[in-house]
Amino acid sequence: MKEEIIIAGFGGQGVLSMGKILAYSGLMQDKEVSWMPAYGPEQRGGTANVTVILSDERISSPVLNTYDTAILLNQPSIDKFENKIKPGGSLIFDGNGITRFPDRKDIHIYRVDATEYAAVNNIAKMMNMLMLGAVLKIRPIVEIKNVLKGLKKTLPERHHHLIPMNEKALQAGAELIVKL
Amino acid sequence: MNIIDSANLVYRKTPVMTDLTMHYCPGCSHGVVHKLVAEVIDEMDIQDKTIGIAPVGCAVFAYKYIDIDWQQAAHGRAPALATAVKRLLPDRYVFTYQGDGDLAAIGTAETIHACNRGENIVIIFINNGIYGMTGGQMAPTTLDGMKTATSPSGRSVPLNGYPLDMTKLLAELDGTCYVTRQSVHSLGAVRKTKKALRKAFENSMLEKGTSVIEVVSTCNSGWKMTPDESNKWMVENMFPKYPMGDLKDR
Amino acid sequence: MRTEQEEIRLMKGNEAIAEAAIRCGCDGYFGYPITPQSEIMETLMDLRPWESTGMVVLQAESETASINMVYGAAGCGKKAMTSSSSPGMSLMQEGLSYIACAELPCVVVNVMRGGPGLGTIQPSQADYYQSVKGGGHGDYKLITLAPASVQEMADFTMLAFELAFKYRNPALILADGIIGQMMEKVVLPPYQARMTEEEIRRKYPWATLGKLRGQKQNIITSLCLLPEEMEAVNLHLQAKYRQVEQNEVRYETLHCDDAEYLIVAFGSTARVCQKAVETAREQGIKVGLLRPITLYPYPSEAIARIAGRGRGVLTVEMSAGQMLDDVRLAVNGAVPVEFFGRLGGIVPAPDEVFEALKTKLIKENV
Repeated sequence: MKEEIIIAGFGGQGVLSMGKILAYSGLMQDKEVSWMPAYGPEQRGGTANVTVILSDERISSPVLNTYDTAILLNQPSIDKFENKIKPGGSLIFDGNGITRFPDRKDIHIYRVDATEYAAVNNIAKMMNMLMLGAVLKIRPIVEIKNVLKGLKKTLPERHHHLIPMNEKALQAGAELIVKL
Repeated sequence: MNIIDSANLVYRKTPVMTDLTMHYCPGCSHGVVHKLVAEVIDEMDIQDKTIGIAPVGCAVFAYKYIDIDWQQAAHGRAPALATAVKRLLPDRYVFTYQGDGDLAAIGTAETIHACNRGENIVIIFINNGIYGMTGGQMAPTTLDGMKTATSPSGRSVPLNGYPLDMTKLLAELDGTCYVTRQSVHSLGAVRKTKKALRKAFENSMLEKGTSVIEVVSTCNSGWKMTPDESNKWMVENMFPKYPMGDLKDR
Repeated sequence: MRTEQEEIRLMKGNEAIAEAAIRCGCDGYFGYPITPQSEIMETLMDLRPWESTGMVVLQAESETASINMVYGAAGCGKKAMTSSSSPGMSLMQEGLSYIACAELPCVVVNVMRGGPGLGTIQPSQADYYQSVKGGGHGDYKLITLAPASVQEMADFTMLAFELAFKYRNPALILADGIIGQMMEKVVLPPYQARMTEEEIRRKYPWATLGKLRGQKQNIITSLCLLPEEMEAVNLHLQAKYRQVEQNEVRYETLHCDDAEYLIVAFGSTARVCQKAVETAREQGIKVGLLRPITLYPYPSEAIARIAGRGRGVLTVEMSAGQMLDDVRLAVNGAVPVEFFGRLGGIVPAPDEVFEALKTKLIKENV
């Protein structure tokens, strides 16, 4: 098994931390993992993105041209990465503020309105977890229990009371998927 | 009189000095200051606990004359070395021995920041207003109008800026605990300098901060004067700009 | 002191270096912030090793001061290190020349970014010349290790100290922005105690810890005014470097047994090339990869041997072609040596490397 993922969006949307949680979950599931951010000024404003690879084998390049799955949280990211998804791969995007929708015919495209759901339910900080819930429903690359295990490992003790809320967000996100 | 009889001994070189003949010019202040440092180490019985940092400049070979462990630094970097040595060996006495070019020109940043961090080290600063080792070029401390190899018509403020009173600047820093300016041109001055050195070395175990001892000195070769003329010239010209005494003692 | 043994974590390369430094009994880290390696000092400050192992961590006023603090600490026989990125490394070259001449063991990490000048903060490998050809003045060498994974960032921190003390020579970990910033699984080594002063005195009698009664004074210096003596110092260094070249060459090969074409690349670029090799192999093209792990000493013999069996070599670097010189020297004209590189902070993509392989090398040989 090998899954090559790009996660991209605006800085502040939780792009890097979603990638980190995914990578940590992979680690909990005994996968080889790599997490490679586009670091530096790109993090501020503009698009932040991170390449996450989960694999049963030793990972070669941590930077890629093409991806199995793209999780795209804004218009510039869709514009930049839609054409870099392998045929048969998945594009999962948040519909908030999108004016030009992805339209490739040789990939699977899913819309997940996590931003809107988070705003309506007043859980803005859970947006990336909603998204991750949807992603894992579409591409079950790691088990939810390992995501929670990863959260427990990465979150400082004083934030552990937030884990049930994260679990709920993962479940809620799985219900938001609209296949285009 | 039997001069070999130890009862008749009037002077004994401290064993902390080696027996090597110094390379310093006759009349140079370095020899005197070296001896004072060695005597203080001897009297405090800290030869096994003292690490010296030698500069680049005439005193680069200080390690040949004072019989302790030494590190020889790149030009200006002695306070950085001393910082690390003292931090890793806090129960050791660590001092730098630097000239005006080393401390006040190329090593300005290292000097100011070591003092500002309040490193518990001793900085001995020999200020003779000239680069001795490289052949008498202008130093940051060279007086206005003073002739050197790179200011043959005399230092000019519009061209070269003002003589730098580094010691005054260091006294302003919160990290220094004892900042004093001394000389070694007379018996009385030598005694005072030795007292200052002793105090500085004692400070370094009290966690009070950095001790800085400037010794206003001569360079008869560079100044092109006899040792005696140099001493007189120093008193008349250097002392008004670099006055003797403690600038700070806390 | 903490007692955790080996531990599996997900962390950045920079963080792995900090963790490994504490765990291998490092006595002092001195550094100055610069992207993309600031996490090394940040992690150390966060972990507060002065409270556990007693390791000193100090933020210096410049890279010049950092490397000279390392000089001071190493002169006392202590395990000392610093880290920086390209522009800061330029400032350290003076200190490295002195340290190499004074034969002080220490570890220096360069997480390279694009230059010249202030350049960019994105990954680069354009400090190869500076690292292995002697960036400072005089005839000296740094033992240079090129990690290609976060695990190697941790492992090479320990290895670098080992080699530095074995040869009384500075050791450089030459990484790049990718390895510094990426997170991977890493197995952290168990804690090793710092050396006691008695151990240092016994193992490193040259260290300036204070001259004990009845012993000779120790002097750490790089000054030797008489040219005859300075030549002797140099000959001693050269003899040491020959030993290093004989004993410490390290490299890794992939699919080299039947390779008609060979790619040579180091650090993260080797990872990118590995992907290109996978693609080529899928298409039936027999390509192998040689990744030098030590850039000094360089695996010239292995490159000559493997390249000599094939039809050509492609060197891939994030530079205008610096290691290329050493590959060409190794191959010595036996087969064509071509180059592909990206400059100024651009990371070559796997398909670019594959294209370069086809257009620059294979086509020319058909």
